[in-house]
Amino acid sequence: MKVLSLNFLTCAVKTCKIESDSYPLHPKDAELVQDDIELNEDFLVNLLPRIDWTALSTTATELGFPALPSTPPTPEDLRADAKTLRDLHSLLLETQMVEGKLVCASCGHEYAVHEGIANFLLPSHLV
Amino acid sequence: MSCPIGSHIPAGADAKAGSSPTTTSTKPNPIRDAAAQSPEAYEEEHVHGVYESIAGHFSSTRYKPWPFIASFLRERVASGSVGLDVGCGNGKYLGVREGADVHMIGSDRSPSLVGIARGRGFDVAVADGLALPFRPGCADFVLCIAVIHHMSTRERRVDALRKLLACVTGDGQVLVYVWALEQSSSRRGWDMNSEQDQLVPWVMKANQNKKDKDSSSGESADTTYERFYHLYREGELEEDMRTAGGRVLESGYERDNWWVIGGHTEKS
Repeated sequence: MKVLSLNFLTCAVKTCKIESDSYPLHPKDAELVQDDIELNEDFLVNLLPRIDWTALSTTATELGFPALPSTPPTPEDLRADAKTLRDLHSLLLETQMVEGKLVCASCGHEYAVHEGIANFLLPSHLV
Repeated sequence: MSCPIGSHIPAGADAKAGSSPTTTSTKPNPIRDAAAQSPEAYEEEHVHGVYESIAGHFSSTRYKPWPFIASFLRERVASGSVGLDVGCGNGKYLGVREGADVHMIGSDRSPSLVGIARGRGFDVAVADGLALPFRPGCADFVLCIAVIHHMSTRERRVDALRKLLACVTGDGQVLVYVWALEQSSSRRGWDMNSEQDQLVPWVMKANQNKKDKDSSSGESADTTYERFYHLYREGELEEDMRTAGGRVLESGYERDNWWVIGGHTEKS
């Protein structure tokens, strides 16, 4: 599961959907792998508005990446900045969480990630 | 979960359901009544459990994208979009858009099917369609192909649509396919007078089990599994989409299936 995907995931518990601290989920005991993927500048630039930057900053820090700038780059800045492009590409698309847990800070539930697959099926008491 | 239908399915997979074509939905239906008692337990037995058992065989019959869905992905989705495939099955739609300029995340209720999709390199998660783990309003589009018809009550089917709508942005699109009641030209022969709530057999030929660990058992007998389906009448999917709070942007029929593209109403 790519770090990009983590930015679109939240707790599956209904009552957590309205709790702001249920997002983003927090990686725990995360095992990461790094893929080698060709950089697609247009894709990254177009993708930028879909990303919750604050959540991405949190995830990046929790996974041990250097802190991101406090605000996202503008499309123009991103195109002009080869290093940021490469760093973002590496974080979002080349980094995968393959083992560990994703933890909801609201309800405390831990979703297992195994062989790159997160399991969001809920135990009956949380449905 | 990808749907059946179509001539590319090997014989023996979807056997004809032996129901009376004259029953109408207003008459008592033991299947509908049994499902209504405890929908979750019923779907566990007649949907989730079945897909877990047939995942490998099922997946081997599901490789050809539906033409309209493929054209939706190739022609109507902008570069940089993020899409979800709820009920992605083996992931056959996750790789349709070529050029790596759209990010798709798949989810399915069946861990075995998700495992197959993951093995093909896709980003996938195991999740229930009524408890999705997606950030509200995060996606440009959502696919939900051949999933909603496995929900055994109308309330759950409408709720599932509501959950899909919650995933998309203000102008996002939700493309839903369900099996049609009106498919008199298919080999199942259902028509508008057929029962809408059905158990549809999936026959796993004995030789499909050959590679299973206990080869002692599967030599001679075929195994038949029964999956629950609610077959949609003309207009019903649109009605459910509106009941779920959505707007019908487009709808149609493609080879034994009704489809709809739904979105948020103007002011949501």
